[in-house]
Amino acid sequence: MITRMLIRSLDKGSYWFLGLLALIALLVPILHLLLPPESALHVPGYAVALMGKYLCYGLLALSVDLVWGYCGILSLGHGAFFALGGYAMGMYLMRQIGDRGVYANPELPDFMVFLNWSELPWYWYGFDSFAFALAMVVLAPGILAFVFGWLAFRSRVTGVYLSIITQALTYALMLAFFRNEMGFGGNNGLTDFKDILGFSLQSDSTRTALFAASAIAVGLGYILCRLITRSRAGMVLAAIRDAESRTRFLGYRVEHYKLMVFVVSACLAGVAGALYVPQVGIINPGEFAPANSIEIVIAVAVGGRGTLIGAVLGAVLISYAKTWFTGELPELWLFALGGLFVAVTLFLPKGIAGFLLARWQAFAERKTAPGTAVATNEGAAQ
Amino acid sequence: MYCLRSLLIPLLCALIFTSNLSQPAQAADLETALSGLAEKSFKTRLKAVDDIAATQDERASEILDALGRGDLFVANPGKHIVMPDPAASGAYLFAATGESAGSYAKAAVKKVKINNRMRSAIRKALGTLTLGSPDRNRRLTAARSIFNTRDASALTLLSDAIARETDSTVKREMERARAAALLGSDAEESEKLAAIDVIAPMANQDALALLTQVMSNDSGAVAQRAERAIAEMQSSLALWATAQNVVYGISLGSVLLLAAIGLAITFGVMGVINMAHGEMVMIGAYVTFVVQDVIRTSMPDLFDWSLLIALPLAFGVTALIGIAMERGIIRFLYGRPLETLLATWGVSLILQQAVRSIFGPNNRLVGNPSWMSGSLELGQLTLTYNRICIIAFTLVVFAALFVAMRKTSFGLQMRAVVQNRQMSAAMGIRTKWVDALTFGLGSGIAGLAGVAISQIDNVGPNLGQSYIIDSFMVVVFGGVGNLWGTLVGAMTLGVANKFLEPYSGAVLAKILVLVFIILFIQKRPKGLFALKGRGAEA
Repeated sequence: MITRMLIRSLDKGSYWFLGLLALIALLVPILHLLLPPESALHVPGYAVALMGKYLCYGLLALSVDLVWGYCGILSLGHGAFFALGGYAMGMYLMRQIGDRGVYANPELPDFMVFLNWSELPWYWYGFDSFAFALAMVVLAPGILAFVFGWLAFRSRVTGVYLSIITQALTYALMLAFFRNEMGFGGNNGLTDFKDILGFSLQSDSTRTALFAASAIAVGLGYILCRLITRSRAGMVLAAIRDAESRTRFLGYRVEHYKLMVFVVSACLAGVAGALYVPQVGIINPGEFAPANSIEIVIAVAVGGRGTLIGAVLGAVLISYAKTWFTGELPELWLFALGGLFVAVTLFLPKGIAGFLLARWQAFAERKTAPGTAVATNEGAAQ
Repeated sequence: MYCLRSLLIPLLCALIFTSNLSQPAQAADLETALSGLAEKSFKTRLKAVDDIAATQDERASEILDALGRGDLFVANPGKHIVMPDPAASGAYLFAATGESAGSYAKAAVKKVKINNRMRSAIRKALGTLTLGSPDRNRRLTAARSIFNTRDASALTLLSDAIARETDSTVKREMERARAAALLGSDAEESEKLAAIDVIAPMANQDALALLTQVMSNDSGAVAQRAERAIAEMQSSLALWATAQNVVYGISLGSVLLLAAIGLAITFGVMGVINMAHGEMVMIGAYVTFVVQDVIRTSMPDLFDWSLLIALPLAFGVTALIGIAMERGIIRFLYGRPLETLLATWGVSLILQQAVRSIFGPNNRLVGNPSWMSGSLELGQLTLTYNRICIIAFTLVVFAALFVAMRKTSFGLQMRAVVQNRQMSAAMGIRTKWVDALTFGLGSGIAGLAGVAISQIDNVGPNLGQSYIIDSFMVVVFGGVGNLWGTLVGAMTLGVANKFLEPYSGAVLAKILVLVFIILFIQKRPKGLFALKGRGAEA
């Protein structure tokens, strides 16, 4: 039955996309590990980590697209769920350091020794176990999303109000995590990680494994989103997006659907954060900054909201552009990003994927009915 | 040569001050009194100290102070009493006149030696001199310093000074100082009880510390009375702290109000969230900087007027940017509020980077005009003039906006569009025109806010970012399309912030307020002052 559901929910584009992901997940490790460094096709270690980071943003973009593209909830606070997942993973990695820190304290992470703390706070218990950390990666953002969503959707906070409140949420969390007293490393965050599951984070094989894991996570996340959006519940979500009041009048419990999709999306974002942290080697309160969340939203808009594949592509594109601009033309990056915000909302409301899709449909129609080509082309472009 | 000058200067002084009856005699007295310091015998020098104090000369306290520090010298030849010139090493000033005596070699000057008897004489003399100084402020400081040192030896001096004093404020301070000195001495119990009664109404931290000390040192009736006074004082202090929180909260609230009110207008009228609103505030602050820069280089006399010049300019510049934004971007996005939010965020990034490219990433210095510096003391409250000015300015802007909304035809049209866009269009209101002007107005007010904020905050490219979320909270809390809602929202948040700060720290206070708002909109999803009726669902 599950296979039937899967087959029903995946279309031709999905297979292409998943195939591409599988190819990357295989090819990049092979090119990195097996080819000698002097070969032209060799992928250097930093590039692997960088691409892994892009894929994590891709997964985050997927989660944003799920709520925004399919349910019309514009969350400007998804970076908070991402960062929470990252902190859960970071706490596990911190515990793995053991007595190899600067202060060589077997019980406490360095920053706690530095702050003269005598024992581990209760919320750090259990993070020695990888399984517990993985559970928290999903649960911490999930529970926050559940509580927040339950409060917000129940009282029918919608539209820009909701966006502003989500932004306030991530802003408040950022301020909170900046405090040393919180016990999450304050300003500096968690860093100086040594190894994960016993494998050194510096080694090439761990790095490629993490990269492959990210690619697989994006693939699985994509399949999950497809399953949700192509199911009956997915239809209701689209109905909520297009006419919330009408859906409610038809007898659907709108807030339950919204809450469900919001929590799932937050968990996905948490997983993305958890994969992100070991690859970049640090998590700090800066990840909660409202600007990060908005950047990922614009990545979704650029790629095409409501297309899932487009969201991943948009995130990879924007992250790559950011890397390139901040390296080559740091002065111009904000101009480019700001211009992109304006241009996309004005000229590409459906993003790149939506634009290509419309072109493709126009092309397909022209093939079947050559006489009406001009008219359909114009219609599709709008 | 020095001889000649030492002769000439008193002469000149005498000539200059002949019109003033008392001064020439005193200057001469001071000179003779000082000459006693050059003598060998301690007795003569001791008498010289008293003589100097007795002249009641303006410079007497400075001279005695220098003598106490060991900074008074006898310069040879001529036995002039000199003190080192603080402006240049090796140079000296004539103690009697404060005028330059040129430089002496080390061997040519000899320190005026003092002993303990002279030291106590100097201290006493200094006390009488400052307590008897013709300058009111110096008498006040003298009384306050005695209050803090609780020097029992100053008691008789104080009693004399109180008898002579005519200024009621100074007299009160002196009485308090005497009470403090009494409590530090071993006076009679009845005297101490009376002293506590004098100090009890003071209600500040110094008095509290004094009484706490009395409570631990003394016993019996004095300690009991002190304890009672402390209890009274603490409740009065708590009251002042509350008042201070309210005032500071209103000050913070008025800044929030200035920043948020433009946002409330554009959001209320057009349903448009302008994420670039904070950048309008920032640009307003930079306009102030540019105006001050131009004034500094070309017409420094106008500096005190710089803010008044900056106000219309800031309003104009930001209003034009706002109108350009509305015409160029936002009007294509009506009906798509989420896209508008993203596009205006993009504009905010561009504006930030533009300012960073033009003015550099560092904070710029914006000065206070002279009439805005200083502070007003009101009981235990200290209010800086710039805070007061901002509160007043906010009220003026609010009132002007209120009148504009209620009494002008533009305000009428704006309110009509808020209530029912289609119907207003049908009645002949050019809604697009109203939209553009409203956006300009909202942005212009943000520019005004920037001028005000430049006086209390750092002017840098990130200025707007730090206000935007708070402004949104005000709008969400207060409800849109209603000026009163914004006013109440801003003041509530400002005061709440200031009341939470002492208990939880500034950062946690902010977090608590944000959490509170998230919970609050559970109850009132459309804010405190929600629009009711048909207009609400539009």
